[in-house]
Amino acid sequence: MSATWQPKPARPAPTHVVGVWGWMRQNLFATPGDVLLTIIAALALYYTIDVVFHWAIIDASFSGTDRTACLKEVQGACWPFIEAKFGQFIYGRYPEAERWRVDLVYLIGFVGLVPLLVPQIGWKRANVIFMLGPFPIFAFLMLTGGAFGLVAVETTDWGGLLVTLVVAITGIVASLPLGILLALGRRSEMSIVRSLCIGFIEIFRGVPLITVLFMASVMLPLFLPDGVNFDKLMRCLIGVALFSSAYMAEVIRGGLQAIPKGQYEAAAALGLGYWRVTGLVVLPQALKMTIPGIVNTFIGLFKDTTLVLIVGLFDLLGIVQFHFTDASWATPETHITGYVFAAFVFWVFCFAMSRYSIFMENRLSTDRD
Amino acid sequence: MSRRDALLQLVTLALVVAGIGWLIANVADNLDRQNIASGFGFLNERAGFGISQTLIDYDEDDSYRQVLIIGLLNTLLVSVLGIIFASVLGFLLGVGRLSRNWLISKIAMVYIEIFRNVPLLLQIMFWYFGVLRNLPSPRQAINIGDVMFLSNRGFALPSVSFMDGAGFYGLALLAIIVTAIGLRRRARKLFLATGQIVAFWKPLGIVSLAVLLLAGAVAGLPFAADIPSLRGFNFRGGMSVIPEFVALLLALSLYTAAFIAEIVRAGIMSVYQGQREAAAALGLSHNRALSLVVIPQSLRVIIPPLTSQYLNLTKNSSLAVAIAYPDIVSVFAGTTLTQVGQAIEIIFITMMVYLLLSLLTSWAMNRYNARIALVGQN
Repeated sequence: MSATWQPKPARPAPTHVVGVWGWMRQNLFATPGDVLLTIIAALALYYTIDVVFHWAIIDASFSGTDRTACLKEVQGACWPFIEAKFGQFIYGRYPEAERWRVDLVYLIGFVGLVPLLVPQIGWKRANVIFMLGPFPIFAFLMLTGGAFGLVAVETTDWGGLLVTLVVAITGIVASLPLGILLALGRRSEMSIVRSLCIGFIEIFRGVPLITVLFMASVMLPLFLPDGVNFDKLMRCLIGVALFSSAYMAEVIRGGLQAIPKGQYEAAAALGLGYWRVTGLVVLPQALKMTIPGIVNTFIGLFKDTTLVLIVGLFDLLGIVQFHFTDASWATPETHITGYVFAAFVFWVFCFAMSRYSIFMENRLSTDRD
Repeated sequence: MSRRDALLQLVTLALVVAGIGWLIANVADNLDRQNIASGFGFLNERAGFGISQTLIDYDEDDSYRQVLIIGLLNTLLVSVLGIIFASVLGFLLGVGRLSRNWLISKIAMVYIEIFRNVPLLLQIMFWYFGVLRNLPSPRQAINIGDVMFLSNRGFALPSVSFMDGAGFYGLALLAIIVTAIGLRRRARKLFLATGQIVAFWKPLGIVSLAVLLLAGAVAGLPFAADIPSLRGFNFRGGMSVIPEFVALLLALSLYTAAFIAEIVRAGIMSVYQGQREAAAALGLSHNRALSLVVIPQSLRVIIPPLTSQYLNLTKNSSLAVAIAYPDIVSVFAGTTLTQVGQAIEIIFITMMVYLLLSLLTSWAMNRYNARIALVGQN
C-alpha cells in the first residue's frame, strides 16, 4: 500500500471565461445592457475614427506653397500651412539669423532638465543650482542679447512656443518658492502676517487670471512712478507668477496640514528652530505628499499661458491665431488644422507632465512602505 | 508670542502700509498728469454701443451701469448652464470610467486625457473659429427637421409663445411642484419612522395628469409654436442663439466635464468594497445599494473638489472675451474700459463681482456639504 494520494488534475476553466471570446464575454458582453452599450460605443468610435482618419490623412493635403494646395472638393487637414509657418510657430518673429540662440537655450535647458528628472542620475544638488542660478542668467542674456556682441532682440519680437515656454517656466520657478512662503505665512502664528497671506491668496484665487493679466497690462503702469516702465512680457510674467503662487500655496498648505503635530514637537525637542524644523523636517515631507497637486498646478499654469494672447502677446496659440489672417493661406480648413497642431503641442507637454507626476508618486510612495 | 515675532510683524505691517501708500501716491500722480477722471460717476453715463445678447432690455442709450448688469447676467447664464451640462457629462464619464465594460471605460479615459490636457482657450477658439464660424451662411443653413437651423450666424430654434390663459398652466405647474415636495417629505418621514417605502412617482403622475387636464379644460391650449424661417439674409422668428454663446458653453462644459469625471471616479473609488458587499448582504438590490449606500458616502468626497471646479468654470467663463461673447469681462472690462479709460475702477468692480460670485458659490456648496456630511454620520 504505497499509493500516495494523487490530486485530480485541475479541470480547465470553463470555455466562456478563457481566451479572446471569454475576455470579450466578461468585459464587453456580460449582460444584455452591456451588449447594447458596447454596440453603441463601437459604432460611435468607428464613426469618430473614420471622420478623424479621413480628415487627417485621406482627404488632407501634404505639400504645397499656398492656399491653392488646400482647396480640393473634399478637403481635409491643410498640413502645408503648418509646414510653411513652422518657424513662426516655434520662434515667433525672432530674427531668423538669431534663432540659433533660442535653439542653444532649448538645448542646454533640455540637457540640464533630463538628469534632474531621472532619479537614477546623481548630482541633483549641483544640477538644481545650475538650473536655478547660471542657466536663467545665461538664457536671459542669450534671448535678449544686447551684450557680448549679440544683437538685441526686443521681447515684442518673441513669439510662439518660445513665449509659451518662457511664461510657463518662469511662472513655475517663481510660484513654487512664493507659494511655499505664502503657505507657511498662512499657517504662521503671527496674526498680521497670517491675515496678509490669507488676503493675498483668497483674492488671487477668487478672480479669473484674465483680470489679473488685464491688471498687469493696463493698471500696473499707473501704479509705478512716471518714467518707470516694464516690458509687457515682464508684466505678464509677474501677473502669472503671483496668480499661480496663490494656487500653489493652497496645495502646499494641504501637505503642511497633513504632517502630524508630533513631527513638529519632536523636531523642536531636538532643539531645532522654526526654519530648521520647517526646512529639514516639515517641508520635505509636505512637498513629497503634494507632488500630484504641485504638478497639477504646473499643468494648469502651462495651459493658462495661452491667456497672454488676450493682452496682446503672441504665445503659441496667439501666433497660430495671428497667421490665420494671412490671405495666402485662407482656406476653410486652415483654422482647424492650426488649432489641431497647437492642441497637439500643448497636449504633449501636459500629458508628459501628468505621466511624470504619476511615475514620481509611485516611486516615492514605495519608499514609505 | 515672543518680542522678536511682534517686532517682525510690526516691520512687515509697516512695509506693506508704506508700499501701498507709495502705490497710491503714484496712482494719484499719474492720474493727475494724464488727466484721467476718477470715481464711479461714469456708471451713469450713456454707453453708446450695442450688445449682441441681452437678457434684459438694453439699447445704446442705456448707461454703463446697465452694461455691467447685462454682462453679469450673461456670465451667470453661461456659467449656470455650463455647470449643469458639465456635471451631467462629468458624472456619466466618471461612472463610465469605472464601468466593467472595457470599451466604455477606455473611451471615457481617452476623452478625459484629451480634454483636460488641452488649454481651454484653445478649445473655445476651436469651436468658435474652427467649427461654428465655418458653418454655411443662413441661406444654406443646416436644416434639422425644418424647425432648427444651424448657420454661421448662430442657431435658430423654435420657441413657444404664450397667449391668454397660459397662466392656468403656470398654476398647474406650481401645484405639481408643491405636490411633489409634499409627497417626498411624507415618504421620507414614513421611511425614517417605519422603514416603509411609500409610492412616490405613481401618485405624483396621477395628480399631474389631473391638474393638467383641469388646466386644459379651463384654458384650452393657449400656446403657439414660433418656428424660425429665412427672411432675406437671416432667420426671423423663434429663438436665436448666438454662436459665441454656443462655442463658449460647449467648450466650458466639455473641458470641465473631464475634471469632474476624475473627481467622481475618485469619490466612488473611495467607498470601500466592503460597504457594497454589506449592502448586498442586507438584501439591497444593486441600484438601491448605489443610491442608499455608495453615492451618499462618495458625495462627501466629491463635493469639496466639485465646488472648486464650479468656481473654476465660472472664472473660466471670462475667456469669453477672446471670442467676444458679451460677458462681464468682454463688455465691461473690455469695451467700457476702452471707452472710459478708468482702468482702476473698472478692473476693481470686475474683480469684486468675481470675488462675490466665488464667495456665494462656496457658501451654497458648503451648506450642501454640511447637510450631506451630517447625513453620512447618522
